[in-house]
Amino acid sequence: MQSAGPVVGSRSFLSKLKDGDEIARVVTFIFAALVVLITVLLVYELWVNSALARHKFGLEFFVTRVWDPVTDEYGALPFIYGTVITSTVALLIAVPLGIGASIFLAELAPPRMSDTLQFFIDLLAAVPSVIYGLLGIFIVVPMMRSVIYPALNKPFGFLPVFKGPSYGVGFFTAGIVLAIMVIPYIISVSREVLMSVPRDQREAALALGSTRWESTWKVVVPFAKTGIMGSIFLAMARALGETMAVTMVIGNTPTISASLFSPGDSIASVIANQFTEATGDLYLQSLIALGLVLFLLTFVLNGLARLLIIVTTQKGSKVST
Amino acid sequence: MGARLRWRKFVSNFMLTMTGVCAVVSVAILFFILTYLLFNGGTSINWNFFTKLPAPVGETGGGMANAIVGSTKLLLAASLFGIPIGFLGGIYLAEFSGPKIASLVRYSADLLNGVPSIVIGIFAYSVAVLPFKHFSTLAGAFALGLMMIPITLRSTEEFLRAVPSMLREGAMALGASKWRTISSVIVPAAYRGILTAILLALARVAGETAPLLFTALGNRFWSPGWGQPTASLPVVIYNYAVSPYQDWHRQAWAAGLVLLGLILVVNILARTILSRGIAVPRS
Repeated sequence: MQSAGPVVGSRSFLSKLKDGDEIARVVTFIFAALVVLITVLLVYELWVNSALARHKFGLEFFVTRVWDPVTDEYGALPFIYGTVITSTVALLIAVPLGIGASIFLAELAPPRMSDTLQFFIDLLAAVPSVIYGLLGIFIVVPMMRSVIYPALNKPFGFLPVFKGPSYGVGFFTAGIVLAIMVIPYIISVSREVLMSVPRDQREAALALGSTRWESTWKVVVPFAKTGIMGSIFLAMARALGETMAVTMVIGNTPTISASLFSPGDSIASVIANQFTEATGDLYLQSLIALGLVLFLLTFVLNGLARLLIIVTTQKGSKVST
Repeated sequence: MGARLRWRKFVSNFMLTMTGVCAVVSVAILFFILTYLLFNGGTSINWNFFTKLPAPVGETGGGMANAIVGSTKLLLAASLFGIPIGFLGGIYLAEFSGPKIASLVRYSADLLNGVPSIVIGIFAYSVAVLPFKHFSTLAGAFALGLMMIPITLRSTEEFLRAVPSMLREGAMALGASKWRTISSVIVPAAYRGILTAILLALARVAGETAPLLFTALGNRFWSPGWGQPTASLPVVIYNYAVSPYQDWHRQAWAAGLVLLGLILVVNILARTILSRGIAVPRS
């Protein structure tokens, strides 16, 4: 009796092995573990390969304005500034437009129409960034020079933001192109979040005598507020990390200027531009350190976005049940 | 009171119309991009574009045959690397894993999905270029494959989980082993969704430029084998667009049209025909 236990056990293990269950479990586990391993390796490589720059500059990396390969001095400030400014401009344009559109898709449009429009929005999100850059160079840059710049510089030129000459390329141009690129993300996520708002919320507001817009703006949107914030964070993470389109229209000069028309540079664009020409070790590692900064920024924003979106959609399903 | 109500109704109608305008503007951007590309690219496309190598700098004419082949090779190798990891990893998450490991893997995949493409490029450079001391097709494919993993993994898991448990129980009741159940019942039941997601992932990385800049680099000639730098459509579009030559601009438009056309066709087919009746995940 006592010796029967292990025999049965090993037999069932053998039969499992024969059916392939254990093999399948182990093989698929290896691939799943590979995903974790790759992610850890990515962080490790960024950390190790930027060691030289991290040790040499420390936290001063973030406040140094000089980026000079000749004297081997590197500071991230102009690029952080450029990334922040272009993303801010992008969000100022994209957020109202995106939220407006998502309200229309979730609240007003009949389901068929909403789905069709969402289909086009999904296609818009599939357009590669180099195509946006191409259109940016040949449409937005000339338009900036001949239409937008004169229209803003003449009446508002006294404001530091709209001062100075325009070469077409610059922070503002990059911001516009980025705005177009992140609108689909804001629309898709916000629409989903708005649609998860329980129906009775709307009906209660309408029954109390509010107009359609009042029920939308004062009841539905506040209900979905956190999720919409999530979509904005998501868009921000995309905008910060966007490389090609920005590189093609920002002008690629590390300047800090209050003027939106000034050419500049962003974290992603400087990496794209200088990585292959970076000769010295410190030069290369400073660029990788910039990559590390970018990684950490998007990591935090994406995490926040996911949290906010989950919280809102769960809130919706809890209330409705 | 009457005036107040009229005002409120006016505000309501006005704001609702504005949201409609926002939606129309957003969708119009897509059609604007399409017509502009068709107009500019359509006039620049010719037979040479598909069959000739790039002309020497300064000369007009030539084509992008090497970039088209290069992009194809990159996507092929990227699929061979990224899809198995994502697909099999996804099976593990849906069928074998406990909740703790699953959430760790899922978290890693989401993290990887959020990494900016230029940072993926740096990573691929440090593990697939630096040790070998030269740029190569394989390094570029490694970068693109990395970007395919999260989407493949998450959607495989999602679609496998969506298979009704009755199918699972039915197969088990017939005496099939767990692996047999997965391979001949569950995966076939979910394959359309998974295939859709994989196609969308492929379409997404097909347009990626930043991860290729310092992995596959670029090449004005053919790139035999897998160990040499190779041209690719997105990188050529970038290089040509920022160049000062008129003829290169023309070719950039043509390449843009071809690239966007392929990406949109795959998207439309995957989203309409293949995924009919399934909720497609958003990238």
